[in-house]
Amino acid sequence: MTGHEQQRPTRREDEPDETPVVPAQAKAADTDADVDSLLDEIDEVLESNSEEFVRGFVQKGGE
Amino acid sequence: MSVRRVTGLETEFGISVPGDPGANPMLLSAQIVNAYASPAAGTMAAALRTRWDYEDEAPLRDARGFELDRARAHPSQLTDGRPGGRRSAPNASDVASAETDDPTMANVILTNGARLYVDHAHPEYSSPEVLTPRDAVRWDRAGERIVLEALRRVGATPGLAAVTIYKNNTDGKGASYGTHENYLMDRATPFSDVVRHLTPFFVSRQVFAGAGRVGIGQDSRTAGFQVSQRADFFEVEVGLETTMKRPIINTRDEPHATAEKYRRLHVIIGDATMCEVATLLKVGTTSLVLDAVEAGALEGGPAGDLLLAEPVRALHEISHDPTLTQLVRLRDGRKLTAVQLQWAYFEAASAFVADRTGADTDADTREVLERWESVLTRLERDPFLCARELDWVAKLRLLEGYRSRDGLSWDHARLQAVDLQWSDVRPEKGLYLKLAQRGQVEELVAEEDVRRAVDHPPEDTRAYFRGECLARYGPRVAAASWDSVIFDVAGRGALQRVPTLEPLRGTREHVGALLDRCRTAEELVAALTGA
Repeated sequence: MTGHEQQRPTRREDEPDETPVVPAQAKAADTDADVDSLLDEIDEVLESNSEEFVRGFVQKGGE
Repeated sequence: MSVRRVTGLETEFGISVPGDPGANPMLLSAQIVNAYASPAAGTMAAALRTRWDYEDEAPLRDARGFELDRARAHPSQLTDGRPGGRRSAPNASDVASAETDDPTMANVILTNGARLYVDHAHPEYSSPEVLTPRDAVRWDRAGERIVLEALRRVGATPGLAAVTIYKNNTDGKGASYGTHENYLMDRATPFSDVVRHLTPFFVSRQVFAGAGRVGIGQDSRTAGFQVSQRADFFEVEVGLETTMKRPIINTRDEPHATAEKYRRLHVIIGDATMCEVATLLKVGTTSLVLDAVEAGALEGGPAGDLLLAEPVRALHEISHDPTLTQLVRLRDGRKLTAVQLQWAYFEAASAFVADRTGADTDADTREVLERWESVLTRLERDPFLCARELDWVAKLRLLEGYRSRDGLSWDHARLQAVDLQWSDVRPEKGLYLKLAQRGQVEELVAEEDVRRAVDHPPEDTRAYFRGECLARYGPRVAAASWDSVIFDVAGRGALQRVPTLEPLRGTREHVGALLDRCRTAEELVAALTGA
């Protein structure tokens, strides 16, 4: 359990309610060679007519 | 103090026939169940006619202490197979007729201790009872292999359309189906404590347990990406329903065990996750928080008073913000992010474990605490640092790759296709499985262990007794359920029901030698009845 103390949340009671929080935008995915080759592979297996595939996936509720 | 707890995971799979959206999902689901039960399954053949024993089921019993009148229940809540009143004592002829006449009754009990059956319009795999989060992952993965095997058999059967199966929770058009967790807990714990402590926990745990979804709103009316598959389908804070007005805390109280001693916490708010670390964390952190609730250890600590002002709204808002910076308001006026809420639970659980077991803490518990801390640390820094461990992050990384390469907007059908295909159980089609093949996700369970779990039960719960009875004496097992195995043996007029109401008995340690000694069901029944 090392180090979690430093990670404690700091934005708590002391923060004024309406302070605008600057969103730390989740950065866009790395478009490195790895992702590119992965996308190339997925292109091969992705349903060719994605519109029809998505439209045809109709489920009934469950549970 | 530990993550070790009797646990089971239920998964309702999405099912469809490409090119035929009108195919009857109940029939398709029955084909899947029956295909797995067919003689081609080898040792499974014996399980074919083993019916589910509904004797002790009471799905309408509510944890708040009252039983719902059956006449007032919605038909979808009647899950115990007796629309017209309580079934009389089981007999063999009952079994065959129920299962051949009505596809919605298709049901098979597996030698790994699990149940595979048709639940409404989906094939459902209910895992055997396990004791550790790692075993929850292992037998969950086994369930994927089981429906995959069934899918292959249906595809190879002349006259049957090839079906596809998805381990997800929504069609993106307004329908949702569940992935439920079940945790055995102490009956003595006031249910109000469970509600108070677990509501903020469930609202926020999606930051690591969410599977990710393209589309916002139950029917995806707004384009975009959200953290959870299920969040938008939850509309109330506490309740008994699972198919409508879904509650964050489900009150179904059907312990499948000694009711005076145990409660089964039925958790319906989770997503189906493919990533093993996500599943491990979902189960492990929940089990640990429950342990602290049972011990009263959260009171006065960092997670002692995290009541949310509007839990349902907070659940949706957190899911709709993949940057994880959304603040949600507490009743006391504080505003926290979901990750900060999780830090509070982590700190409380960590202190609780250190205080109670210290250096003697078991390895499973240590692993959950270490991974929990590690994931929260990285989620705060940059969620994409968790792309090897969490479904929603890995899926988003893929989607963002497509968006930037092809300039797609969030309402593009190809992105929705990626979302669906993420959970396809076929290795040649499933995108999670593609990532796994490329070594881009962290796996916890060795391939050979998953394979073994397809046919073999966990050894440290009563699932061992159930699964081994099926494997050894299958033709003589007339019925079974979570808390019983019923034998139809020669020389006895009536069926012999063996109750298994104590989930930690019937383990290998407890009955292994007995089973080894009894070559036949007759010998086992004789040994158990002292005859």
